Amino acid sequence: MQDKKEQVEEAAKAAEEAAKAAEAAAANATGNADAAQAAADQARDIADQLAIIAASSPISDFVFLATIFILAIFVGYYVVWSVTPALHTPLMSVTNAISSVVIVGALIALGADLSDSVMSFWPKFFGFVAVALASVNIFGGFLVTQRMLAMYKKKER
Amino acid sequence: MADNLPAILYVAAGILFILALRGLSNPETARQGNRFGMIGMAIAVVTTLFVLEDKGIGTWFFVLVAIAAGAAPGAYIARKIPMTAMPQLVAAFHSLVGLAAVLIAWAAFLAPVAFNIGEPGHIHAGSALEMSLGVAIGAITFSGSIIAFAKLNGNMSGKPIMLPMRHPINLGLGLLILLFIGMLMTGEQSATTFFLLTLAAFVLGFLLIIPIGGADMPVVVSMLNSYSGWAAAGIGFTLENMALIITGALVGSSGAILSYIMCKGMNRSFVSVILGGFGGDDAAAAIGGEDDRPVKQGSADDAAFVMKNANKVIIVPGYGMAVAQAQHALREMADLLKSEGVEVKYAIHPVAGRMPGHMNVLLAEAQVPYDEVFELEDINSEFRTADVAFVIGANDVTNPSAKTDKTSPIYGMPVLNVEDAGTVLFVKRSMASGYAGVQNELFFRDNTMMLFGDAKKMCEDIVKAF
Repeated sequence: MQDKKEQVEEAAKAAEEAAKAAEAAAANATGNADAAQAAADQARDIADQLAIIAASSPISDFVFLATIFILAIFVGYYVVWSVTPALHTPLMSVTNAISSVVIVGALIALGADLSDSVMSFWPKFFGFVAVALASVNIFGGFLVTQRMLAMYKKKER
Repeated sequence: MADNLPAILYVAAGILFILALRGLSNPETARQGNRFGMIGMAIAVVTTLFVLEDKGIGTWFFVLVAIAAGAAPGAYIARKIPMTAMPQLVAAFHSLVGLAAVLIAWAAFLAPVAFNIGEPGHIHAGSALEMSLGVAIGAITFSGSIIAFAKLNGNMSGKPIMLPMRHPINLGLGLLILLFIGMLMTGEQSATTFFLLTLAAFVLGFLLIIPIGGADMPVVVSMLNSYSGWAAAGIGFTLENMALIITGALVGSSGAILSYIMCKGMNRSFVSVILGGFGGDDAAAAIGGEDDRPVKQGSADDAAFVMKNANKVIIVPGYGMAVAQAQHALREMADLLKSEGVEVKYAIHPVAGRMPGHMNVLLAEAQVPYDEVFELEDINSEFRTADVAFVIGANDVTNPSAKTDKTSPIYGMPVLNVEDAGTVLFVKRSMASGYAGVQNELFFRDNTMMLFGDAKKMCEDIVKAF
């Protein structure tokens, strides 16, 4: 799916360039009709190609992700109902720890290549702070859950 | 292939998180489940590190510093926190997830190219919606959890704070948030709009939680748990990351189910809890007014005598036990009873304490075996065969008027049938009513003996009296 998206993006870029070239040719108004015609043809070809790629893609990324999301909600529903009430506090602390997987987003921000971006300090700074906050939660959440679970003992017989 | 491997690893992390929750169906498998969770997290983090754009030495340095800066206090707190403080700890952790989600959404807003969601000022409408939802829910989670933390930790009164016009204000803020999201989607993507959206959500989170009383905190903490999950899912959609989406869905539904269980345990609708105004720590005068009927009062010696001669004692702990840190003294008392040949069981009401499962953790901490601890529906019929019900720090959850008195505010709430036991021993500091502000009919029954005093001290005195 990623490949297809890249293809689409590449094609879109190429189409844009072709259109620009056509525009430039027209603007030059040197009467170089051939060049303009060639550029326009190229643009049309690319547009056709785009249409084919789009048509062959049965579902959009969003629908795909939303499907996963909804299925995961159902999985969560059944899994959580099977959790014994005695372990509801560890359930909360462990869900807390795993929701810190947002650290993935924070790492992407911190490790982004922003050398040719207008804004390079703040996104990285926000990413840095978010990595630290999520780390508190990851370590704190898993360890406190472990500590609690170690306390649950069966009767010694 | 280069793109597929990380995607598969993220799904693997998501599956390990599912297994982490699955393990919690039983204390034996729970420890293994927690390890699965840790492995899943490690996979997600390492995978991300391998796909970073900028793998320069500077990035590694900052990543390590940030993780170390978070890991040290996190591990320290996890080791030192007393079990009675778990509710506020969980609230504090929720606020961190919320704030992290806000910061990530901001980073994505300012550097959309790095997140593959468009150009600055021209973020795709879908991504703008996802990140707006992420930032809004994250901000509500953050400020709401701060208030919940302050109330649970005693930095703030547990009493509901009722602002005038709060419903119209909240509704207005909600509409404002929707308006900003709409603006961001239709291309009005200035930093000001995004900032105003964040601000409105912060304020809304704050206002949503302040009217809710201390005793309704189990619902609030579960609800914020759920929100932190939805915020993660919002970020996950922005990043098109499977691990985040699966986790967000799991955590979101987990919190929602816990909220539902807590509401059912109080026989209150979710809406009425959220609208607030009920359940201060020390609610005003009892609905029935002052009551000067006589109660039977006993000493630690009397209690020790009654329990020693019993065959079966059921202990009913409540929030008061947590406040007095009485769980260890209680277990000591129970051990002595057991050595006298008395059968001892514990009965836990779903909303006892300040978070779901709070009492179970405290008893586990005091080394009470978990197979002596029973949930309401499993033990309620056993009170009939018990000689003594020992109620320590609980009140409303034992009030029989919830079953009989249709005018009572707690009518319909499931309660423990302690009045069926031969003798009811009530450890309480005073005659004050519980958080619902309802007089407990049980105090005036013939088979009830009130033991006035601090829960911990009372248990120690009973131990001495044996």
